[in-house]
Amino acid sequence: MLQRTPLYAAHVAAGARIVDFAGWEMPIHYGSQIEEHHAVRRNAGLFDVSHMCALDLIGPDATRFLRRLLANDVAKLTTAGRALYSCMLNAAGGVIDDLIVYFFTPTRYRIVVNAGTAEKDVAWMQTQLAGFDARITPRCDGKDESQTKNALAMLAVQGPQARELFCAAFPASRAATESLAPFHAREWPTNKGIWLIARTGYTGEDGFEISLPASAVAEVWQTLIDIGIKPCGLGARDTLRLEAGMNLYGQDMDETTSPLDTGLTWTVDLRDTNRDFIGKSALVTRRQEHQFVGLLLLERGILRAHQKVFSPLGEGEITSGTFSPTLNQSIAFARLPIGIILGSEVGVDIRDKRLKAKIVKPVFVRNGKSLLEFST
Amino acid sequence: MNTPTHLKYAASHEWSKTESDGTITVGITDHAQEALGDIVFIELPAIGRMLKAGEECAVVESVKAASDIYAPISGEVIAINQMVIDAPESVNSAPYDNWLFRIKSANPDELSALLDADGYAATL
Repeated sequence: MLQRTPLYAAHVAAGARIVDFAGWEMPIHYGSQIEEHHAVRRNAGLFDVSHMCALDLIGPDATRFLRRLLANDVAKLTTAGRALYSCMLNAAGGVIDDLIVYFFTPTRYRIVVNAGTAEKDVAWMQTQLAGFDARITPRCDGKDESQTKNALAMLAVQGPQARELFCAAFPASRAATESLAPFHAREWPTNKGIWLIARTGYTGEDGFEISLPASAVAEVWQTLIDIGIKPCGLGARDTLRLEAGMNLYGQDMDETTSPLDTGLTWTVDLRDTNRDFIGKSALVTRRQEHQFVGLLLLERGILRAHQKVFSPLGEGEITSGTFSPTLNQSIAFARLPIGIILGSEVGVDIRDKRLKAKIVKPVFVRNGKSLLEFST
Repeated sequence: MNTPTHLKYAASHEWSKTESDGTITVGITDHAQEALGDIVFIELPAIGRMLKAGEECAVVESVKAASDIYAPISGEVIAINQMVIDAPESVNSAPYDNWLFRIKSANPDELSALLDADGYAATL
């Protein structure tokens, strides 16, 4: 049985094409995924991301627990509301999930995990909690009533006009959000419960991600649409994140992949040599085995996941590929042998042809602008 | 869903139209373009290629996926529509005007095996 977010009826009413995404009935687009993509790059788009799961972590040992659980180090979070992106690794150094953790106090954190992995994530965290004085509470829609009562929905408003339009829709939020720096969040008390407004996203554009009580989300969604923010589906979310150089769990990495092989070395914090996080010893032994790069197709066609890449140093594979609406050509992420040089040319097998592609940094667009001229 | 009655259809979502000179023009249906979403790349068979009915002969790719196009009937490819190669999105906006390729049929009887509009609509 597929799950639905509290906005399912609103999506259907807006003409969404609904697909099964990680066990959820989600909108892939509302007519044209390319128009939705451009709306986010040029103005503002609105996404229902309530399928992702928010978890509250509370307890005296919360910080010590996260420093053991995560490859990135929460010790660097010192101001309330600061957010951190991290992988959660297994003992072999494989990625169980990638997540965002928000720091409030050393004894209270909020964690947001992927939809398809939420269940196994919580089970893993509960197992690892043994010996720590802290408690995990899922805030996603659940089967039992008390959980559903406290369930959170999540919206993302993204684009150069997103913050301004959000504040125009909710003028009282302006004081809480106008000084919010990127990758920071603030809890905003409303008469419909506490909203967590975070200056984060998955598109390469400015904007907010907002967690709020599920019971309030339908009205908020409509208010944001009425002010001129375009509803966008998961199709545009995928092309936006790929252009922005952001990984997708299950596609660019999974439990067999080390973060070092998927462009996430920057999220593995080894600075505190006394910190022993899960997967650390495996990473140190295993080291980097592949180079994670961007590909730009130089001929007509579309790069897709699992296509084979042929370089002078050996073979590799595309992990995510698509047509880039901003660049009007096909782009991809690929895992290749270590030593491949930016700007060099490789072959990609697409059906019965080998097409030429160029190696670039795996980030193509930021804040509406192509980064390609700086890339090689 | 738009399904014109003067065309014949394959269950794999291609339409076929018999021209006055007896050649067969092939495109994809309104249902197919809708299901695919924004079309961004089209690859067509070489002119002169001999096709067998049911053979993969073209590819239509949307942002999200690649979809094979099958020859509705056997015959020789005598024309391709360069316009849809240059502007793939035109197939989204007018799937029955913006055809893909034209076949000189080897065996016109094969046409009778295709579905009429009602028969196709019943498969959806």
